[in-house]
Amino acid sequence: MTIRVTHELHDRRFSRNMGLGLVLVGLVALVFGLTVVKVTNLGPVQDYAPAVQQSAGGAQ
Amino acid sequence: MTDVTTSYDTEYEAGFGDYFALLKPRVMSLVVFTALVGLLVAPVGVHPLVGFASILFIAVGGGASGALNMWWDADIDAVMRRTAKRPVPSGRVTAGDALGLGLALSGFSVIMLGLAANWAAAALLAFTIFFYAVVYSMWLKRTTPQNIVIGGAAGAFPPMIGWVVATGSISLEAVLMFAVIFMWTPPHFWALALFMRSDYDDAGVPMLTVTHGRRTTRRHILVYTALLAPVAVGLGFTSIGGPVYLIGAILMNAWFLKGAVAIARRDETQAEADKYAVEKGFFKFSLLYLFLHFGALLVDATLRGLGVI
Repeated sequence: MTIRVTHELHDRRFSRNMGLGLVLVGLVALVFGLTVVKVTNLGPVQDYAPAVQQSAGGAQ
Repeated sequence: MTDVTTSYDTEYEAGFGDYFALLKPRVMSLVVFTALVGLLVAPVGVHPLVGFASILFIAVGGGASGALNMWWDADIDAVMRRTAKRPVPSGRVTAGDALGLGLALSGFSVIMLGLAANWAAAALLAFTIFFYAVVYSMWLKRTTPQNIVIGGAAGAFPPMIGWVVATGSISLEAVLMFAVIFMWTPPHFWALALFMRSDYDDAGVPMLTVTHGRRTTRRHILVYTALLAPVAVGLGFTSIGGPVYLIGAILMNAWFLKGAVAIARRDETQAEADKYAVEKGFFKFSLLYLFLHFGALLVDATLRGLGVI
């Protein structure tokens, strides 16, 4: 049996692989979009460093 | 020398569409619609992308339970004309693939809904999948003629999940939306069973028509339709109801009840004489009934949003 780069199997499974590929790309886009929405909806987050300095200063 | 690719060369190659068909796209469209209405009529706004993702994951969860159902029911699906062309009984997808896809998508959809919306909605979705795949498909479908009644609960959950996505909790409105689909399912399916009779008989599924006779089934349709009417109209008096829904619900329930009375009064001779015209008409209207009830809720929600009512 000769080894070929493209087996006939690749042609037969093209629809399945293409479909799954598009679904995965869509999922990546959706999760990225959800992340952006969730992070922006947090509102302004207080900077961590000054808060630590403040509490450290208050303890003195 | 052994050719390792032999097994791949002889079998039919399942395409993307075959796997998609495992998710019962037509049932999914009803799930998407009712879940969307449940989400949109809720008093709490949801970011459009979060709403879109939630509806998508609810639909995938519903599809996953459909795949599990097709894995479990392949033997009876093969006997029934209506279901013989499904991917598993027709041999396009193996039962193992259906099981794998169903399990994977179940877990995926529940986790993703929890992350996108909230864990109350995710828990409800998980319960819905469990209820449809295990309680209905594996347990009740083949053991009791009330299978349709209890199985209907699985189809009734989506608007409630949509509501919980928005509000984070269950309320009277969500329960009544659930109740409308729950009470609607038995008359809808029993009307189908009346004119598709040989199918369920051959498969040995204990449909009410087989176990208790067609006379009893006709009476059951009337009883459930009569119980459905106050629930459906009652939903119009909650916070999500409005004039469009209330008027629509009164008219549609009157019409539905009229059809149920006509079915109850007929016997098999009359039904066979006109080839089950009344039963078929009732079944077709039942589809419209559900669509219009939830559509009317959406119209009222829109009017409320615009400040008209």
